[in-house]
Amino acid sequence: MEEMFVFRQVDSIVFGMLSPKMIKKMASAKIVTPELYDKEGYPVDGGLMDIRLGVIDPGLTCKTCGSKLKECVGHFGYIELARPIVHFKYVGVILSLLRSTCRECGRVLIPKNKIESYRQALERIEQEEGLLERRKKIAEIITGLKTANKCPHCRSRQQKISIEKPTSFLENEKRISPIEIRSRLEKIPDEDCEIFGINSKFTRPEWMILTVMPIPPVTMRPSITLESGERSEDDLTHKLGDIVRINQRLFENINAGAPEIIIEDLWDLLQYHITTFFDNEVAQLPVARHRSGQPLKTLTARIKSKEGRIRHNLAGKRTNFSARTVISPDPMLDLDEVAVPFEIAMKLTVPERITKWNAEYLKSFVEKGPNKYPGSNYIVRPDGKKKKITDETKEQLLEELQPGYVVERHLLDGDIALFNRQPSLHRMSMMCHKVRVLPHKTFRMNPAVCAPYNADFDGDEMNLHIPQTEEARAEAEILMEVQTQLISPRYGLSIIGCVQDSIAGNFVLTKGKGVRMPYNEAVDLLLSVRINDFSKLPKKSIVTGHDIFSCLLPNDFDFKGKSKNDEQVIIKNGILIEGTMDKATLGGGSGLMLRNLHKKYGPKITIDILGKMFRLGIQVLLKYGFTTAISDVELPDVANQKIKESLDSARKEVYELISLFEKGKLDAFPGRSIEETLELKILERLNTARNETGLIVANNVDRTKPTIIMTDSGSKGGPLNLAQMSACVGQQAMRGARISKGYNNRTLSCFSQGDLGPSAHGFIRHGFKEGLTPSEFFFGAMTGRDSLMDTALRTPKSGYLYRRLANALQDLRVEYDDTVRDATGRIIQFNYGEDNIDVSKSEGGNLNVKKIIESI
Amino acid sequence: MARTKKQRKYDVSAHQLVPKHSKLNQKDTKALFERYNITLKDLPKILANDPALIGLDVKEGDVIAIGRDSPTGGKITYYRGVING
Repeated sequence: MEEMFVFRQVDSIVFGMLSPKMIKKMASAKIVTPELYDKEGYPVDGGLMDIRLGVIDPGLTCKTCGSKLKECVGHFGYIELARPIVHFKYVGVILSLLRSTCRECGRVLIPKNKIESYRQALERIEQEEGLLERRKKIAEIITGLKTANKCPHCRSRQQKISIEKPTSFLENEKRISPIEIRSRLEKIPDEDCEIFGINSKFTRPEWMILTVMPIPPVTMRPSITLESGERSEDDLTHKLGDIVRINQRLFENINAGAPEIIIEDLWDLLQYHITTFFDNEVAQLPVARHRSGQPLKTLTARIKSKEGRIRHNLAGKRTNFSARTVISPDPMLDLDEVAVPFEIAMKLTVPERITKWNAEYLKSFVEKGPNKYPGSNYIVRPDGKKKKITDETKEQLLEELQPGYVVERHLLDGDIALFNRQPSLHRMSMMCHKVRVLPHKTFRMNPAVCAPYNADFDGDEMNLHIPQTEEARAEAEILMEVQTQLISPRYGLSIIGCVQDSIAGNFVLTKGKGVRMPYNEAVDLLLSVRINDFSKLPKKSIVTGHDIFSCLLPNDFDFKGKSKNDEQVIIKNGILIEGTMDKATLGGGSGLMLRNLHKKYGPKITIDILGKMFRLGIQVLLKYGFTTAISDVELPDVANQKIKESLDSARKEVYELISLFEKGKLDAFPGRSIEETLELKILERLNTARNETGLIVANNVDRTKPTIIMTDSGSKGGPLNLAQMSACVGQQAMRGARISKGYNNRTLSCFSQGDLGPSAHGFIRHGFKEGLTPSEFFFGAMTGRDSLMDTALRTPKSGYLYRRLANALQDLRVEYDDTVRDATGRIIQFNYGEDNIDVSKSEGGNLNVKKIIESI
Repeated sequence: MARTKKQRKYDVSAHQLVPKHSKLNQKDTKALFERYNITLKDLPKILANDPALIGLDVKEGDVIAIGRDSPTGGKITYYRGVING
């Protein structure tokens, strides 16, 4: 069969209601009996499982369209209702219509001369403020008409209409039947419908009262065959069975001329069944249940809420060929690699098509089967049939294989995978890695790529996706590979850099004049970081750290920069002439060295050099050893004496301030009370005291000790942490003030009331090495708890803030005339970023014009 | 400081943080629209009763040029179309 294609551009969609005529026209069967199957188990003609409504059994063809299972989408049927029934979902609209139209002539209860002006007002609101505002206005008009009691057109009196929930309408406390309602709605002229926002071409008010009802195709309510051979019908089929049965009873009773009460009862019952067919969670109605007592899942329940079609199936699509597990670091992996456990590699597959050139190669995967590592799980025949490979079917499938078949083989080293960590806040949160299949059960990655993912290894999990087509793989590789994401579009510098121990290691290697070691040891070191070109290593018996580091750099690389402590770093012709490698040159998000490497040699070489630097740092530390101890921060006695003096004088001055305050001689700052002034002055004095001690520590520590190397290189910690360890932890502050809460006029019961001194309000004068007094420790715990709470509460808040910002800006783009515009072409910025600079092509947001000129 | 009724409408344009607002003449407006291939509704908006526009005698449909200091671009000009609130 030749397929038919219709080429049309959709330019608008209209939503309307099904008319009774339309329902009959689109139906392929009239349903007249609640029976489903006859004695032979064959669907009854005119029953709910009528074979004209579509096929759900394999092997059968549809009686309406002639196609097979899965090709036939199903066809509607209909039933003729014995009496009209109110459609529950339109009760609100029906009520508004009844209230605001005349019971006699059907016109809207607005005087003739005003209708036009109302119409224009609505038109204008829609133009200016949009459809939503128009709807609001319509609701306003309708509530305004509720009180009208005389028709301005035919002068007849109007009655009060109320609703008895869920589906009965009352006029002056007397029930009006759906037949009466329908005839009233019929009278509303097309022009008046427009006021209510009803386009009468597609929706007539009387269609809200059902006279015929469409029966959904069996394909949307398939029955399942149980193991016992018994059939179990869908909830919808059950409900429809009730409807058809009651409808039939009602017909018979009417024809037999049964008393009105019986007919009314049956009518109400039919109303109940049809209402619960649409929505089984109507507040006023008892829920329709299975015999087991569990509620039936009817139409509304299928669509609505978190488990409904929209949020569960449409907005919440799931993906195959993905995996998730805990991550852990492995610095010996390349930056663009990810280690995948065997267990996962044997579940995730890559489809490969057999050609005459790779047939043998792919056959070897099928031979291994699904349980031995590089094996395969499925083969796909050219007609699209998927066959699972098991030990039993293996031999047979192996015979069958020929070019054109697809083998879904296990993941191999070098396969393309997408690696992702939530929250995916920027494009670097999902990057393309090459697979390395390795033992153990976590995903492993180079710790340098933690920065773009914002990952750590305290239990974080990450997702892995395997692209399944050549196009997807190519796209992932070109657009998303780690090296292409090196330069952050946020600030134009490398987001990936050396971290932690690798910074410290390179620092040790190149500090001052650098370490000195015999030539053969240097070769060992370089080999261990996978460098085997020693042509740049000077042929001397003793080489320096600078010589070794230079081996990583390309021969024509020039760089001039500053290290963390403002010393010059000079690289000329690929040789590190002077300077120390530290966070400022190696680190992510700061150093221009990586940026320049990237600019000159491109992503591939940069990432390679970065990987080597990373390993070099680690190997250096392995070679020399690196251990931190609290004794690293010990100070000479002179320094300790100085610290003591500094703290003592601060304490003395604070008490002087307090006595000044108590005598009332303290001058208040403008706009502050005397108490506040005292607090501020004390806080300031104590802060300077802590800073003084910090300076003393910084000037007196032994710079050869590992702890100090860490702070100097920038790999972890700063001068503040040193000072807190060896000298003085300092003032503990909550909400920008000294700690003041607790007991009456004192923070803890070990202080006297009204004590304003430093130690009574959270000043910790000891360092961690010396040890804290009990009260000091308690103050430290107070602020510690406070900051923990603070971060726990702030993270989701700022996350949501960022999400809203990103959503608001997501479809802005830079046009060819450099303007930033939104999707409708409105201008947001006249020049992108007000300077027209593409940040990812800049160096930290600036263009170095001089360098550009020099390079030309 | 006691304020009379007249002074209450403080002229913000003298304040150092308020950038200079000026009205574009017909010719410049046309040139602007042509340069960006836009109409008035594509411009960012400003209310006619914006405090910064006091004394400029603007009406709906005018275009205001705002000379700002930008941290990235130095001195830049931004345009806004006047609307009535």
